[in-house]
Amino acid sequence: MSKKVSKPGSISRRRLLATAGAALAATPLGVKLVQGQQTPIRIGMSMPQTGGLAGGGKASLLGIEIWRDDVNAKGGLLGGRKIELVVYDDKSSASETPAIYSKLIDVDKVDLLFAPYATVPTAPIMPMVKQRGLLLIGNFSFQVNSKVGHDMWFNNAPWGPADSWATSFLDIGQRAGGKSMALLAADQEFAQNLAKTAREVAAKRNLPIVFDQAYPPNTVEFSSIIRALKAAKPDIVYVASYPPDSAGILRAVNEIGIGDNVKVFGGGMVGLQFGAVMENMGSLLNGVVNYNTWLPEKSMYFEGTKEFFDKYTKRAVEAKIDPLGYYLAPFGYASGQLIEQAINAAGSLEQKALAKYLRENTHKTIVGSIAFSPDGERKETAVLQAQFRGVVDKNMEQFRSSGRQVILFPENLKSGELVAPFEAARK
Amino acid sequence: MFSFDLLLDAVVIGVLLGCFYGAVSLGLSVSFGLLDVPHVAHPAFLVLASYAVYFLNEHYAVDPLLAGLLITPVFFLLGLVAYRLYYETFEKRGSDAAVRGIAFFFGVAFIIEVLIILQFGVDQRSVTADYIGRAWRLGDIRIPYRLLVAFAVATALTVLLTLYLSRTFMGRAIRAVAQDQEALRLMGANPIKIKQWAFGIATAVLGIAGALLIIVAPVDPTLDRAYIGRTFCVVVMAGLGSMGGTLVAAIILGVAETIVLTMFGASWAPAISFAMLLGVLAVRPQGLFGRRS
Repeated sequence: MSKKVSKPGSISRRRLLATAGAALAATPLGVKLVQGQQTPIRIGMSMPQTGGLAGGGKASLLGIEIWRDDVNAKGGLLGGRKIELVVYDDKSSASETPAIYSKLIDVDKVDLLFAPYATVPTAPIMPMVKQRGLLLIGNFSFQVNSKVGHDMWFNNAPWGPADSWATSFLDIGQRAGGKSMALLAADQEFAQNLAKTAREVAAKRNLPIVFDQAYPPNTVEFSSIIRALKAAKPDIVYVASYPPDSAGILRAVNEIGIGDNVKVFGGGMVGLQFGAVMENMGSLLNGVVNYNTWLPEKSMYFEGTKEFFDKYTKRAVEAKIDPLGYYLAPFGYASGQLIEQAINAAGSLEQKALAKYLRENTHKTIVGSIAFSPDGERKETAVLQAQFRGVVDKNMEQFRSSGRQVILFPENLKSGELVAPFEAARK
Repeated sequence: MFSFDLLLDAVVIGVLLGCFYGAVSLGLSVSFGLLDVPHVAHPAFLVLASYAVYFLNEHYAVDPLLAGLLITPVFFLLGLVAYRLYYETFEKRGSDAAVRGIAFFFGVAFIIEVLIILQFGVDQRSVTADYIGRAWRLGDIRIPYRLLVAFAVATALTVLLTLYLSRTFMGRAIRAVAQDQEALRLMGANPIKIKQWAFGIATAVLGIAGALLIIVAPVDPTLDRAYIGRTFCVVVMAGLGSMGGTLVAAIILGVAETIVLTMFGASWAPAISFAMLLGVLAVRPQGLFGRRS
């Protein structure tokens, strides 16, 4: 066996490498290279990339990716750690998410978790996340924490208190003279939660519910349901539907009619926030009062909002996703901003410290200031109720200008008055 | 509260909806009912046809029904290729071909779904035509024109397929291959070529049916999953291989679904098709219009 001996005055290859390495690290380029070798901060999530929720999931993910790229371009967090996203497709299915999140936690060993887009895929992972004591940034799910009571849950959505959604819509309807309501909701977690709060608000106000029906997923034809709803002669029609159904319902309303007595129609129709659906539905949208989260009105621009949409618009074309991206994408970016501010303030990835910071402070984001109540939802609702006006067929660009969706609620963002009854507003 | 008007409306809409179900099931009645091919990719081909119709309507302003007719030859060729691939890789290899064939067609369905997503994205797509979004007023009843179109096309398709299968040489050969493949071989005919031709016909029918699908409602790349159960239910309930029976079974299903939706609560509607299927199979295992083997 030969023995390696370092001769006096000579320099070994190992020492040469160590010296060169130290010299390199001392230079600005070297600092960057060493930082680049730091382990990234890994954020894990599932996101619907296929299935009924994929349109929203892809836009939401692009928002998060734009945040990641912005942070990484600035040098990362915690002294140079880059952000890395670990993302799996949950196929819009609630049955996929528990296994995905188990893998993210136990196999991928990610540092932080973001929830998937929407209520249905999120609901099954809540008990597991609570049991493991992990921070979870919610992504547009509705009331998934109401029964679980996880104190490290923070929803990026602007919903606010559970009943605020129904309250704002029924306020608009009752101010227009509505004295009875109809409820049509998808037989899904999200829609049923909306319907439940609507029933509670109606009961408090002694507002009779003259039609109350849930319809199953994959319903092909809504003509007969709309006919039955019309026969009940409601003044206010509150619809809680999912994207594949919203278009079918509106088409049936246009064909069958809904009755002259209806003052407002809409409320909780998911899908009418997405560019492709809005473009497809065109003039059928006129008159519908529906929820939204962001619209191109002056009052809705905050620091960084315009820059975000400039980047989003370019990347959405390449990614073949919602070219408008109003509904989810800026909130995906805001999710990142929330966690970025918490990490900077806590100076670590310690989950309890991050949760404490998020709970106790107000956070500035591109969708406005966000403050959380103890249940992890917004302290105050920022959900918009807006009425479609003057929409023409097959024109995506019209939705980029103000005035196509007039904001009726909240008061501080209001941009017009309701046109009622519904049939008049459609003309 | 019971309303005769609502019931009448439900029956009318149900018949029309049933015709639509019939139109999207007719191809499967040939491929699965007559050829015994476990064609679970049938609804995926249907959605693919819808996207082809969408493409022609969106970019060349072609009427959706005309677009459906235009893509029919392409789908016929697609069917020929798909069956030859299925035959070479699975069917000729042995007795468990059916089980492995299901895996093959599931794979085909997933590939079609992914190709659609890559080409068109995940958003819903719909078409425009004068008969979409308007209704025909009949007394108090308003009937959407798009459902009337489905009714007319489904009826025409059923008649044409029935005539083709009973009056033409090739049609009779297809029925023969369904009854006894070996006997046909002994008579000098090539049953595989006949089956390939029949599979081409079944896929060609999907060109028109795909046009109906996107006329009746917007489509998205994963819509095929919603139609697997429904189409197989219609074909099995009708009795394998009966074209007229397929239409009648689909109408029964459509009427039952719509009455339940309107009168008893929508949540029960998805269970109706399978409850009826179980009921029919319990009383008539060969289906409503199938022959006893």
